[in-house]
Amino acid sequence: MVFGKLPLPRREKPLAWSQLSHQRVRLLVALSGISFANILIFMQLGFRSAMFSGTTNVPASLDGDVFLIDETSQFLGNETFDKSQLYRAAAVPGVATARPFYYSTASWVNPDNRKTTSITVIAMNPAQPVMAVPAINDQLALVEQSDRMLFDTKSLPSLGGIAPAFIAGQDTPIEVQGRKMWVNGIFALGSNIFKRGHIVISDVNYLRLFGATQANQLHAGVIKLEPGANLQTVMAELERTLPEEISALSHAELIELEQSYWAKEPAGIIFDFGTIMGFVVGVVIVYQVLYSDVNDHLSEYATLKAIGYSDGQLLLVVFQEATILAVLGFMPGILCSLGLYSLLSNLTGVAVLMRLGVGLQVFSMTLVMGVLSAAIAVRKLRSADPADVF
Amino acid sequence: MEPVVNIQGLHHAFGKGALAKPVLIDINLAIQPGEIVILTGPSGSGKTTLLSLMGGLRSAQQGSLNILGQELLGASKKQLVELRSRIGYIFQAHNLLDCLTAQENVRMALRLQPTLSYGDRTAQATAMLAAVGLGHRVNYRPDNLSGGQKQRVAIARALVTQPKLILADEPTAALDSQSGREVVQLMQRLAREQGCTILLVTHDNRILDIAHRIIHMEDGQLLRTGSPTAAVV
Ligand SMILES: Nc1ncnc2c1ncn2[C@@H]1O[C@H](COP(=O)(O)OP(=O)(O)O)[C@@H](O)[C@H]1O
Ligand SMILES: [Mg+2]
Repeated sequence: MVFGKLPLPRREKPLAWSQLSHQRVRLLVALSGISFANILIFMQLGFRSAMFSGTTNVPASLDGDVFLIDETSQFLGNETFDKSQLYRAAAVPGVATARPFYYSTASWVNPDNRKTTSITVIAMNPAQPVMAVPAINDQLALVEQSDRMLFDTKSLPSLGGIAPAFIAGQDTPIEVQGRKMWVNGIFALGSNIFKRGHIVISDVNYLRLFGATQANQLHAGVIKLEPGANLQTVMAELERTLPEEISALSHAELIELEQSYWAKEPAGIIFDFGTIMGFVVGVVIVYQVLYSDVNDHLSEYATLKAIGYSDGQLLLVVFQEATILAVLGFMPGILCSLGLYSLLSNLTGVAVLMRLGVGLQVFSMTLVMGVLSAAIAVRKLRSADPADVF
Repeated sequence: MEPVVNIQGLHHAFGKGALAKPVLIDINLAIQPGEIVILTGPSGSGKTTLLSLMGGLRSAQQGSLNILGQELLGASKKQLVELRSRIGYIFQAHNLLDCLTAQENVRMALRLQPTLSYGDRTAQATAMLAAVGLGHRVNYRPDNLSGGQKQRVAIARALVTQPKLILADEPTAALDSQSGREVVQLMQRLAREQGCTILLVTHDNRILDIAHRIIHMEDGQLLRTGSPTAAVV
């Protein structure tokens, strides 16, 4: 019989659940406390991941197999190398294409309020796309004209209402690095806490903005391999052919470089600290609840000892209570955090996503929080003396 | 027949060294299977202390205490816990768990027997509650039961595992005389049906007649009494 009842023996209702559900108010307080601690932790981790996931946006969307950067670069755009090295790289066996990539910062005047801020400039040869972003690649012809650019719609609002103006068909120039430039198209890439927004321009316009010397200096060379070429072999050959000051990195290594640089940011440490605070708040709350629960039921626990329950069985009850609280408290915690994440995304334009890894991390922290609190609270169980029950 | 309880030369004192205050002095007592023994005596004479020692709720200091075949002097914690599960305790206060229904309270005792199935436990707990006259209250929590009803749930909890020995400390003290009398008669009837031995501490003169033997305690010592089958060893 396929749909027959499974012959599972019915299990006793855990005493832990009976104790917790009997005191509704205390249960509610405990669950709100745990949710609150969860929200604190999620917010810190959310800020942190928003900050650091945004930082790898551009390196991650580059379209290449190997990347040449100056050896001392700590992140993409940090240092430059001479453009002539790119031609030497192109001649290395196994290299199909070697394309220039510029990644710099320009001053930007908000056309709405005339305030000067800055924007990140991505520049390339329009005939040699280097990014795996279709919206950019499809519109590269639009930036070939002088003083034209593509604008990132996910840039921060402080740069001005550029995208709405473009969509409305307005053609007002914007002052970039002292030159008047016009928006010829829009794309969506996303900013982060360190970058307000992006524009994409041609290498020729890059030269106009920053001068010939700068235009001769690349922030990265984007290399694609010939079909069948071995990545390790080509990378070794590039290292051998090019001067020592140039490193050849795989795509994963490039992203890793970026992550490890931003992870050292003091802001990251502040978020770690906030996470620990949330954890401590959680431990204190769960401990309070478990302690008063044990304390209020001391005579009941003593009675159970008197009728033959071992200390271990009663310890288990308290640990079960902790686990139940952790699991139940986590659910509203993560739900509220999801809501706050989307609120935060809308407010800042920075994508704050609930990643599975972060969710699991906070869930395990919540369990540890419960077990730790239970470990402190069970010491009170010792004062339940069965000799006191008569 | 082996006595259920065999105590020889038991001494007990609270406090240490010069402050040690002897509470039980040279207690000798044997109780045979099926006997109902009532222990009386003034407050502070050491009755509760003796009961808690017999129940393995307190560590014995000196003398021999053999309960249900287990020597308690020098017994390990594990042995004490095991013995406790074989004794039925009825306390002055009902000591029920507030968060559990009558049936759940009774099954707390049965849950210590892993060989019983869930269904067996339900059957035994409800049958026991019916036997104490609470068949219509199985799903009530202690808050919704009267004092007498709570004490009857406690009796059901003590008897449901069919222990060979029941230790009861003033089980009627919190009850009015009518329900006190009922509770004791109930214990007597169930004990007869299950063939168990009862040691009952009480001040209540109206229930002395249920005993086979009455023993009296004063200042930590057992005295001979005027009961019909008095046999203080
Ligand atoms: N835990 C304890 N610590 C110290 N003294 C105690 C303790 N329990 C009882 N006593 C003392 O032991 C004596 C006997 O008490 P108890 O056995 O409770 O007597 P009863 O039950 O006959 O009233 C009393 O003087 C009491 O004060
Ligand atoms: Mg007493």
